[in-house]
Amino acid sequence: MSTILECNDLTKKFGKKTAVSNVNLKIERGQIVGLLGPNGSGKTTIIKLANELLTPTSGNILIGGMKPGIETKKIVSYLPEKTYLNDWMCVHQIIELFSDFYNDFKPTKAYEMLKNLNIDANDRLKTMSKGTKEKVQLILVMSREAELYLLDEPIGGVDPAARDYILKTILSNYNENATVIISTHLISDIENILDYVVFINQGQIVLTSSVDDIRAENGKSVDVLFREVFKC
Amino acid sequence: MAWELKSDRPIYTQLTEQIELMIFSGVYPLGSKLPSVRDMAQEAAVNPNTMQKALVKLEEDSLIITHRTSGRTITEDARIVEMAKTKLAQKQILAFLEKMQLMGFEQKEIISIINTMVEEMQK
Repeated sequence: MSTILECNDLTKKFGKKTAVSNVNLKIERGQIVGLLGPNGSGKTTIIKLANELLTPTSGNILIGGMKPGIETKKIVSYLPEKTYLNDWMCVHQIIELFSDFYNDFKPTKAYEMLKNLNIDANDRLKTMSKGTKEKVQLILVMSREAELYLLDEPIGGVDPAARDYILKTILSNYNENATVIISTHLISDIENILDYVVFINQGQIVLTSSVDDIRAENGKSVDVLFREVFKC
Repeated sequence: MAWELKSDRPIYTQLTEQIELMIFSGVYPLGSKLPSVRDMAQEAAVNPNTMQKALVKLEEDSLIITHRTSGRTITEDARIVEMAKTKLAQKQILAFLEKMQLMGFEQKEIISIINTMVEEMQK
């Protein structure tokens, strides 16, 4: 297995505040990884560093051996925490936009998922509920055949039934060499689909382990362990 | 068939047990073809790697045979299935006996209770 994402002494400071502190991390291909931590632990900062939306204060982050840039964006499919799509556009237009932007975007996949979730491609984003907008974004992101999917809170705003469908979508759309990194605090909903978890707190990695190892060693779910580790 | 996964034990061991049960109960008959790892993983809503791990375990126990080009099938050897079934029964009965002992029952008493219950069920 080769490494898809690598952090070496990665540090990011915002003024005096350290958001990510000396993180060393290696994530292999072909896995679904949960990036788990309480609010403000640095999850989104790491994902933004991987997308060149932020640059490291020191240390580096590599994707497939490359520094984040044009080349890495071709292989990374990113779901940001906030929407960046123009809300006057209808889903049709956005799909065309994505087809122009990304060589690996598969419109047929997108239309199929839209149909399964009963979303009309002629609807404008403006007219949609928060949850439906989130679904549309996730569909767009998962319709690419990327090597690395970075999903920042993909299931936060959608109802439990749609959550199940979205998790199935993630499972069925990633290929064996692709890696999916999901940042969330809704652990119990996703822990069955994860291979690996990374616990992060106050900008530092506190635990990396496979889900089965956590259960075998502690006799408890990742969710329960998380509540213990991050007890307030 | 609905997959039931508890949260305090490794997922792959639970998958192994449930697939075993499906083989024993004939949901997957002897010699039949198993769905692809991906399809099974999706149905159980688990990671394909985890499903893979569960199937490898069943392969080690010879319940499943992997063919190089055409996927996986259930063994055609009824004896292997019988043996695995007996092993599972022994495990369950052992756990049961230990529990009964904790409740203060002697082995003879346990057997007589079982016999009475079986007779009543046959009526």
